Amino acid sequence: MLRVEGLKKSYPTPQGRIPVLRGVDFTLAAGASLALTGESGSGKSTLLHLVGALDDADFGEIVLDGVALTRLSEHARAAVRREKIGVVFQQFNLIPSLTVGENLGFQARLAGRYDPAWQEELTARLGLATFAARYPEELSGGQQQRVAIGRALAVRPRLLLADEPTGNLDEATGDAVMALALDLVAATGCAFLMATHSERLAARLQRRVRLESGLLAAQ
Amino acid sequence: MRETVWTLAALISHWRRRPGNLATLVLGLAIATALWSGVQALNAQARNSYDAAANAISGGGARTLVAARGGLFDQELFVRLRRAGVTVSPVLEGAVRIGEKNVRIIGVEPVSLPRRSPIAHMRSRADVLEEFFTGPGRSFVARETLRRLDLAEGAQPRTERGEQLPPLAALAEAPPGAIIVDIGVAQRLLDRPGKLSRLVIADEETFDEARLKRVAGDALRLVAEDDSDLARLTESFHLNLTAFGFLAFLVGLFIVHAAYGLAFEQRLPTLRTLRALGVGPPHLVAAMACEIAVLTLLAGGAGVLGGHAIAQALLPDVAKSLESLYGAQISDRLTLDARWWLSGLAMAGAGATLAAASGLTKALRLPALSFARPMAWRGAHHRYLRRQAALAALALVAAAGAYGFGEGLASGFAIIGLALLAAALSLPIGLAGALALGERFARRPLARWFFADGRQEISGLSLALMALLIALATNIGVGGMVEGFRQTFERWLDARLVAEIYFEAATPADARDIEAWARTQPDIAAILPVWRAKTRIGGWPVDIVGMTPHETYTAHFPLIDAAPDAWTALHAQNAVLVSEQLARRLSLAIGETLDIPTTGQDLRARIVGVFPDYGNPKGQLRIDHEKLKRYFDDASGVHYSLRVDPAATARVIENMQQRFGGKIARIVDQADVKALSTDIFERTFAVTTALNTLTLIVSGVALFASLLTLSDMRRARIAPVWALGVTRRKLAALEMARVMAFAAGAAAFAIPLGLFMTWCLVAIVNVAAFGWRLPFHMFPAQWLAVFLIALGAAFFATLIPVARLARVSPTELLKVFSNER
Amino acid sequence: MNAKSPNGSPERRSAISRRSALLLALSSSGALAEGFGGLGATAPGFAIPRPGTQLAFPRDHGAHPEFRTEWWYVTANLAGDDGAAYGVQWTLFRFAMQPNAARAGWDDRNVWMGHAAATSAAEHLFAQKFARGGIGQAGVEAAPFRAYLDDWVLETRDDSADAGIERLRVSAGDKNFAYALDLTAKGPIVLQGEGGYSRKSEAGQASYYYSQPFFTAEGSLSMNGRKIQVSGRAWMDREWSSQPLGPDQKGWDWFSLHLEGGAKLMLYRMRSVEAAPFLFGNWIDAEGATSPLAREGIAIEPLETIRIGDRAVPIRWRVKITGRGIDVETRPLNPRSWMGTDFAYWEGPIRFTGSHSGVGYLEMTGY
Repeated sequence: MLRVEGLKKSYPTPQGRIPVLRGVDFTLAAGASLALTGESGSGKSTLLHLVGALDDADFGEIVLDGVALTRLSEHARAAVRREKIGVVFQQFNLIPSLTVGENLGFQARLAGRYDPAWQEELTARLGLATFAARYPEELSGGQQQRVAIGRALAVRPRLLLADEPTGNLDEATGDAVMALALDLVAATGCAFLMATHSERLAARLQRRVRLESGLLAAQ
Repeated sequence: MRETVWTLAALISHWRRRPGNLATLVLGLAIATALWSGVQALNAQARNSYDAAANAISGGGARTLVAARGGLFDQELFVRLRRAGVTVSPVLEGAVRIGEKNVRIIGVEPVSLPRRSPIAHMRSRADVLEEFFTGPGRSFVARETLRRLDLAEGAQPRTERGEQLPPLAALAEAPPGAIIVDIGVAQRLLDRPGKLSRLVIADEETFDEARLKRVAGDALRLVAEDDSDLARLTESFHLNLTAFGFLAFLVGLFIVHAAYGLAFEQRLPTLRTLRALGVGPPHLVAAMACEIAVLTLLAGGAGVLGGHAIAQALLPDVAKSLESLYGAQISDRLTLDARWWLSGLAMAGAGATLAAASGLTKALRLPALSFARPMAWRGAHHRYLRRQAALAALALVAAAGAYGFGEGLASGFAIIGLALLAAALSLPIGLAGALALGERFARRPLARWFFADGRQEISGLSLALMALLIALATNIGVGGMVEGFRQTFERWLDARLVAEIYFEAATPADARDIEAWARTQPDIAAILPVWRAKTRIGGWPVDIVGMTPHETYTAHFPLIDAAPDAWTALHAQNAVLVSEQLARRLSLAIGETLDIPTTGQDLRARIVGVFPDYGNPKGQLRIDHEKLKRYFDDASGVHYSLRVDPAATARVIENMQQRFGGKIARIVDQADVKALSTDIFERTFAVTTALNTLTLIVSGVALFASLLTLSDMRRARIAPVWALGVTRRKLAALEMARVMAFAAGAAAFAIPLGLFMTWCLVAIVNVAAFGWRLPFHMFPAQWLAVFLIALGAAFFATLIPVARLARVSPTELLKVFSNER
Repeated sequence: MNAKSPNGSPERRSAISRRSALLLALSSSGALAEGFGGLGATAPGFAIPRPGTQLAFPRDHGAHPEFRTEWWYVTANLAGDDGAAYGVQWTLFRFAMQPNAARAGWDDRNVWMGHAAATSAAEHLFAQKFARGGIGQAGVEAAPFRAYLDDWVLETRDDSADAGIERLRVSAGDKNFAYALDLTAKGPIVLQGEGGYSRKSEAGQASYYYSQPFFTAEGSLSMNGRKIQVSGRAWMDREWSSQPLGPDQKGWDWFSLHLEGGAKLMLYRMRSVEAAPFLFGNWIDAEGATSPLAREGIAIEPLETIRIGDRAVPIRWRVKITGRGIDVETRPLNPRSWMGTDFAYWEGPIRFTGSHSGVGYLEMTGY
């Protein structure tokens, strides 16, 4: 489903280019989940952004559903993001001027895959039914993150990416959100790749790998 | 398409949450469009009226023949031309007064009218033609003119000479303010028997210029109708209006740019999220363009409607000032075609696109991910100031270029515009410098924060402050010019209007009767003929006025420049005084000679003086009365002024009216003439002042709008200071103090800029537009007023945002910490 | 009804009808002329022609402003030095807008209208002009004779102060044609009707009317830049009156024929809305003596019709006069001699062959 091979990425700094990823390989099957751990600055987010077609790799290949993302045009990559990938950010990244309901359905509508029944089920399972008409700023952090997860899954993505999804939440809330997310991932059968620095959270996924010095170390 | 639609939905949802921001944007665009299209409506209305007047007889695009030396020519010349096969149609035009209103009389000859003439259908309407020819005849007049004269169809009013008009009949094609009568009737009404003012070429195809020359010699001159004196004389007036309209439009665009810029900043996170969710840049830009189009329709439409209202409100003043200055009759019912409405919308669209251009380009380049840069604002701030400085320098160089190489009115306005731009662009640099200076000398931490934070605020407020600066400078500049003109004008009127009574006899014979009587009256110290004649010099219409040797002139008549023997030479030799306008137009100087076309031989005269002649669009020459009589056999012979004991003025006027009745066409005393002149002056500048005030109001709105939208962003800056233990009330007071300081800075900057503008107006624009140069005056009281206006505008603009800040709940401030991204 | 007229003969009516009806038709076209002619049912204030009035020349060559309408009408059949045939028309109409029309300057209430045309087999060029009286732009002076409107002039070539119409010069032109002809009368002036009093109905309507059909013509003609020397014959009509015609007339066909041998023939067919056409004829022998033709002996019928614009216009005619042994067929020099003036009509030179041959002019209105 997802195959990553020889992925390299460096960033320019005033002190010269600093390599962040130095050749990362891994695969992920449909319905499988993988936790990506590592310390702050280890390149977890970078790897996630590359897999999410948000950024360009220097070398290497990312193949999603048989399509090599690294060889796609800007336009085609936008389409892949829209239709095949759901992303949950640490900062939620909800659209503040849209209501919770509108935010939930937004990506699905954008991709032309809006399914009212699935939307309703998601809203119910995420416990957001009573908040649908509110605006994001009127919600707590946990609630906002549930909206973000809903938005990502509403499109029925092939791959769900999450970058420290509970980073802005307290432990109890984080656990609850995590449980919901895994539940829904299982229900949709998509692949799930999550970056986190929390070993405890990582343990809840099927597999986990650790990113150290720009390379993956199996655990 | 789908992506664009949903992106657009997300973008537009922003306005639902920020109706204030939307209102500012729409308001700004609507105001800008309204001021611009309002001014354009006035211009279009006036031009339509000129065209209607110029083309009423000939049908437009035609050429006409006029007397080469100006004035009238003999009808016999028309007959000779026709008998030689030159197909022309005769016209006699002139002005009469009906009651208190001036009316233009157009005498036409219907059977030879060109077929393309708008009133040619008279020929084929047998009933119309029969009425015109038989019985008392007909006076054709537009319904609007009937209303203005307060007369009904069928009425037969009398002119000031007591001549009765044929019964009035409505004719839609009659130009505004004009009455069309048979040529014979016109000759009677205007007391010009056997005279014509022009010949319309009835058939361009058979018109033979060589034959014309053979028959008429140099007596007649071919002119294109669209090159009418009216259009030329009023051109500068309209350019003036356009310039002010454009200035107002620019100030309005500042609001639009500020509002759109803020909206863009606020929506930046949303734009990034959209990119992350898979919206490509083309879709993003397409959606933004759609949004601008909708805004254009909404705000542009409202603006054009507003423009219509503004034009309607200003039209009476514009019409009156055009009438009193140039004798142009403007229809007072606004009629505008689709072209005007569309051009208003186009201007709104162009303005909106221009104001949003930077947002659009940023959106096009927006990456899906962006990385926070530490101290980003500092770098950005410096880049911003550098860019402003570069642009300001560029504008300054261009202004210097316009001054060095340009000439005339357009160049004058270009200099003003570029100088304003340069000043506006460097305003943020000046303010930033002042704040940096303040920061260096500030000791207490809160004071340091006050200055440091102010620098950060500049970029957000700079556009509004620039708009304020321009409005203030314009206010000072135009106000100074108008006030200076008013003083000069009043002093000049006092010197020029020395005689106590002015009258116009109905006919030269009546004038002789009155003159003989006046010499026997003990109350009347002198009767001074001021006969007039017309000619053309260098293609420009020139009035020639006769003067008799008298203390009235030698002691009072104002001269800008004069030869030492001016007054004796004027009467003893072939000498002449020329008006400032004429002297400038023809580059004439004292001591030079001028060949003046007369009704006979040219008169060669030495220039012995230049006199100011404010408000007169034509040139004027003053010559000795006897010479006027000798050289111009068509001199009016009816204009006089009387020197009487001021106490006896009323009595003399009453005596004359009783004794001579209809022999006196009009009689006024000095005070009336002064009041009339001052009224003309006020009306001329009424529109300028109104536009000026509107511009100032607009800039106040810009400031308010910017502050209102900024106030939310300010919270993030204030929260940390608040958290460190400064009260909200104190922070609010500091906010207000900062904005007031900015406004004061702008006002201080506006004073020299305004003075420069006054100078440009007085020394370049007025000279090019009107042909006279005014002394440069300074009015410190006006500066103070403008300074106070600036502070007042800032105070009221800050009031609501600051009050909101003072009352903001601590929870809201705390959110800054929890939500900061 | 004309047949019952005790004094008037049909041909007199034909003569007045031709021109007056032209004015009537002008008025029905709603053009300028309606105002000019003002041909209502009555004409109060205008002079009325009286029988027994002696016409006097040169006085009566001049204008008669006490009457409502008046015209000077010249047609010429010409041959060019190129061997081709040509025709020329010169007409000046005077209309008084109200009684006592002759006044000083612009107060004058006469309006003048001129029509001019030049015709060849291939071209028919025409123009019209209008002018007000009183200021010297248009008018007619009896002696020395001069009729003019702008630069269109019909005037004597003689120097004497009492020169009449014996020797004339006629000229007119427009952007694409011009002509100047010398006319010389080779016969006497012909007084129509009772010594120039031409009665036209029992109601007393009448006109003063005389002709000069014996002009020879010589001069130059230019058409679209081509200059031709021409010579031939010309016919002048003079008529003035104040009275209108009946309302049911819809048009007429008028012939003026120069017969070989010097005799002249005028024929007229008036078409009425309700009744059968009226036919009139007048025979003028080579010495200028006139004799009316019996109506029953006249037959005029169209042989061929062509379309000009949206009108069907007969252009070939058969003319039979049994009493005189005349049976001829007329053909136009130019079938498209259409006068597209404010009032449009057909007027142009014709040739005829058969029992007699010669040239003439044909005028047709109301098609």
